[in-house]
Amino acid sequence: MGTSVFYLVAFLSIFFSLMVIFAKNPVHSVLYLIVTFFTFTVHYILLNAQFLAVVNFIVYMGAIMVLFLFVLMLLNLNKENEPLKSGLVKVVGIVAGCCLVVTLIGSLKATAVSDPLVLQNPNLGLVKNLGKELFGPFMLPFELSSILLLTAMVGAVLLTKKEKV
Amino acid sequence: MEPLTSKKKILIQKPLNFAERMYLPALGKGLAITISHFFKKEATIRYPEVQREMSINWRGMHSLKRDENGKERCTACGLCALSCPAEAITMIAAERKPEEKDLYREEKYAAVYEINMLRCIFCGLCEEACPKEAIYLDGPIVPSDYLRKDFIYGKDKLVEEPLVKK
Amino acid sequence: MDISFVIEKFVLVAIIFGISLVIAMYSTYAERKVAAFLQDRLGPDRAGPFGILQPLADGLKMFMKEEIIPTHANKWLFMVGPGLAMLTACIGTAVIPWGSPITTAAGRIIPLQVTDINVGVLYIFGVVSLSVYGVMIGGWASNNKYSLLSAIRAASQNISYEVAMGLSIIALLLVTNTMSLKEIVEMQHGWHWNVLYQPLGFLLFIICAFAETNRAPFDLPECETELIGGYHTEYSSMKLGFYLFAEYINMFVSSAVMATLYFGGYNYPGMDWVLTQVGPVIAPLIGTAVLFAKIFAFIFFFMWVRWTIPRFRYDQLMHLGWKVLIPIAIANVIVTGIVIAIVEKF
Repeated sequence: MGTSVFYLVAFLSIFFSLMVIFAKNPVHSVLYLIVTFFTFTVHYILLNAQFLAVVNFIVYMGAIMVLFLFVLMLLNLNKENEPLKSGLVKVVGIVAGCCLVVTLIGSLKATAVSDPLVLQNPNLGLVKNLGKELFGPFMLPFELSSILLLTAMVGAVLLTKKEKV
Repeated sequence: MEPLTSKKKILIQKPLNFAERMYLPALGKGLAITISHFFKKEATIRYPEVQREMSINWRGMHSLKRDENGKERCTACGLCALSCPAEAITMIAAERKPEEKDLYREEKYAAVYEINMLRCIFCGLCEEACPKEAIYLDGPIVPSDYLRKDFIYGKDKLVEEPLVKK
Repeated sequence: MDISFVIEKFVLVAIIFGISLVIAMYSTYAERKVAAFLQDRLGPDRAGPFGILQPLADGLKMFMKEEIIPTHANKWLFMVGPGLAMLTACIGTAVIPWGSPITTAAGRIIPLQVTDINVGVLYIFGVVSLSVYGVMIGGWASNNKYSLLSAIRAASQNISYEVAMGLSIIALLLVTNTMSLKEIVEMQHGWHWNVLYQPLGFLLFIICAFAETNRAPFDLPECETELIGGYHTEYSSMKLGFYLFAEYINMFVSSAVMATLYFGGYNYPGMDWVLTQVGPVIAPLIGTAVLFAKIFAFIFFFMWVRWTIPRFRYDQLMHLGWKVLIPIAIANVIVTGIVIAIVEKF
């Protein structure tokens, strides 16, 4: 049963992520992206990673996508007033896309089909275990990433204050 | 500019102190005021069931009075219509027949007596003008209606109920 | 997973859903009554005794109204909006423990909680953060400038206050050491309510709860003087009803969350003595009644505040959220952490 649920949800994630690209209206794109993130949440739950699932729920669906939607609504982009791309941009786009496809195919060929990943501890995704893992062996990278985020935040604040300096 | 009076009061706006800047004490005070109103008696009067007492010089709908024997007092002299500043009153006089002696007090009476309640301003001048004490503005508020013609009140609505015979 | 388990859960979900709808319905009535009493008026008293049938009359009116979808509105999203608002409002009730488990005569233990996930607090938080989508999608799909402005306001307000709310919850989690709502409630047995240990955290949480449910004084997304009707300007009939309903369900859910997290849920002083007096079947029901009494008290508080405090200006709202609540919340987390470390040391 778990596998069939996985295939259904995986199909939905791919379907909705394709819809993100193909939707003409940017707001629709963002809404499809939200649904895609929701399917990711379901994936996490299937992997018994409750904490990650809920954090994905809160941070991506609840905060970041709201901001995306916010900006798009504020700009009020419509397909009518979208500027037409010039021919050169289209050519560059096609070349870049083809390069990406080639790279993907190459990397897919290189990877061998591995055995299904077996977790040593199936309850790793629960809050307590994850916390111990993060603040035990992965203490330094975890704290470093928080410093990285802090730098980004300070930078953003500095950019807004630029005129006054 | 030179102040015109010496009553000018200079207000000094002090910067808010810490408690005021916290906003919470003021908020608590506000909540206390509203909750005190929660237990106060409500000012509402449930109108159709309970009616508010009117003041003694209240002037409402007109009524044409009868005398102590139940006869109509009005003699159709027309003084009320004459005094009316809004020209709301019209009447047609008629002569009393011998068999109608119990209905009307004087020999002349108002066969038709109409007040247009849309014109009436309830000034009470008709009441003052009447030599026979036949019209008083002692009724309730004139009720609303849908058609203009329904606001012309005839004798059917104006004359007060006959006295009940003992 | 036996069949009785499924039936049990299904019945519980149905009951909770029904109760939250009825409470939302009567919240509209209570709001009008409370507003009236606070303003020395009577409030609705014509439909039935004391106007008790007023919500039914209102509901009937909503159903009978003409359904209008503006020509230039995005029809599909216009319809999704109210449904989403309702959905996100209702799913929050899933993790709240409504009472201590009931032991039936057959020895079966029925927990009065739909599901006890070990990240319950975060789940509530996630649902709250999703609740803005109904407003945003509806406001955008209406294709009306006022609705759009309202949607944008709602989005930025929710994001700003989510941060402070999350930080106030972190301080609470430091105290409780668990994220499961069931365990949090059980820790507050008797009178050991979390509000006694986290008074500042509770204050922050309740302020954020007002902001997240778009209630006065933070009801900027629907402030009439500036934005006509706000995000539901273009809505009519039952779609409008859904939006109004969702607001009251949100209020109910956040009252339940506050009662659970900070005010001991179904615990009350002297509950052990009551248990010995009335037996293990009645005692949980009394606990549930106590929980609902707390919830109603919070709902009353929501209404009381609405009719006392005027609406914030938008810049004041942002100032309060970012420059006041967040620093206080961070300080609260740090102080709580230090105190806990000291207590554990000695």
